[in-house]
Amino acid sequence: MKRIYMDHSATTPVDPLVVDAMLPYFTEKFGNSSSLHSFGQEAAEALSIARGHVADSIGAQAEEIIFTSGGTESDNIALQGVLSREPEKRHHIITSVIEHPAVLSTCDFLKSTGHDVTYVPVSSEGIVDVGDIERAIRDDTVIISIMHANNEIGTIQPIEEIAKIAKDNGVYLHTDAVQSVGKMPVDVDQLGVDMLSISSHKLHGPKGVGALYVREGTRLNPVIFGGGHESGLRPGTENIPGIVGFAKASSIAKERLGTDPAQMGRLRDSLIKKVFDTIDDVRLNGHATQRLPNNANLSFRHVEGESMLMLLDIAGIAVSTGSACSSRSQHASHVLDSIGLDPDYIHGSIRISLGRENTMAEVDYLAGALQETVAKLRQISSPVKC
Amino acid sequence: MYSKKIIEEFTNPKNVGIIEGADGVGEIGSTIDGDVITVYIKVEDDVLTDVKFKTFGCVVAISTSTMVTQLAKGKTVEEALAISNEDVQDALGGLPKGKDRCSGFALDALHKAIEDYRSKT
Repeated sequence: MKRIYMDHSATTPVDPLVVDAMLPYFTEKFGNSSSLHSFGQEAAEALSIARGHVADSIGAQAEEIIFTSGGTESDNIALQGVLSREPEKRHHIITSVIEHPAVLSTCDFLKSTGHDVTYVPVSSEGIVDVGDIERAIRDDTVIISIMHANNEIGTIQPIEEIAKIAKDNGVYLHTDAVQSVGKMPVDVDQLGVDMLSISSHKLHGPKGVGALYVREGTRLNPVIFGGGHESGLRPGTENIPGIVGFAKASSIAKERLGTDPAQMGRLRDSLIKKVFDTIDDVRLNGHATQRLPNNANLSFRHVEGESMLMLLDIAGIAVSTGSACSSRSQHASHVLDSIGLDPDYIHGSIRISLGRENTMAEVDYLAGALQETVAKLRQISSPVKC
Repeated sequence: MYSKKIIEEFTNPKNVGIIEGADGVGEIGSTIDGDVITVYIKVEDDVLTDVKFKTFGCVVAISTSTMVTQLAKGKTVEEALAISNEDVQDALGGLPKGKDRCSGFALDALHKAIEDYRSKT
């Protein structure tokens, strides 16, 4: 049976061109970039070139890129790094209720160390109100961290407007752009952010590598300690094969920005139309247009997400769900809860995230499989009573 | 993650439906919590001659529901009450860690159905 992958917000397959670029750095060009001999300098040169490519993909300068182990570490360095430099009287953070756990859990930790956090709500379409952020700013506010695009419902936040407010108030602005880079144009100057997190494996690069963009002049402390790698901000021998692969993936994603998002958007819109034409009691979560081109988060009444996911998997299609049982947790997605979705719908939610390799035939197959799956599960459940 | 037996029961559940004029009905859960399991029983001469279910829930909720109805059907009321969580899990080839708690919900619904039956007789 052919398997169809539609969970690209979780991770993406590594592009074969990326693999080709990485391979020599495992065996032939394996040096430590800190070493002075030729092996080391070969690695150092690759690191320098890679830094330039990643910077170029987001309109940054090479020296503003700090390589990390991925988006989670980038988020941690951004928040903890800035706050640890601040005098005790400045300790306030503003973030949103729908951030990724990499930000929310860091905020929880920072609260435990005496910082204060304001969580701004989102609309029923999953968008933060810029006015809420402005009103949340206090004299002791240090940083605002609002994600560029949400990982579950794909909504795109008004970062440019938030940046103006942050700048006017002398507050740092960080954005987690793990889901948006590679899916839409991302330019740090246009956005006006001070820090921006990227993850390689979300854009057809290898896992375990990412970057934090740090605007020149932004002062951070490291959160782990060691040598002087990555401007002293992220010590540890650089993962050269991973970084080379990440850089290649970033370059490819930038080159394909003119085609990939438009193609994914066509597939997504076709899928949504087919689902709404053939299945009753369904909702599209998030904003109708202000969303990533590859994301469709759908909720079906009277069915449960994990059951849907399993039946689709049996049909050869991989999607994900924010439903209670899917993560062996009894809690529903905090994002779907935050947009005020009715519990009847929250538990029947699936996230379909398309990639550059998906086709219209696959979307048609998914639409048919969804119709059968929902009908079968509704027959097992009790629509009258649920 | 799931045993072949669980997937088999989940994809081809037996005894799905509502018994019109059931002698007992038991319902567990709410859509706020995530799972709703309703078990219907027909009792003749103290024997559960028919047991059906409707379940809104995850793979475990559905597979345990169908297994509980199969284990209970044909048993006396006392024998049905004696079906344990372990019996259900064993019949399904075991449940993944963290999901074992879920298997009790279908049994609870059966017990409520029997309680309902007894309250009427």
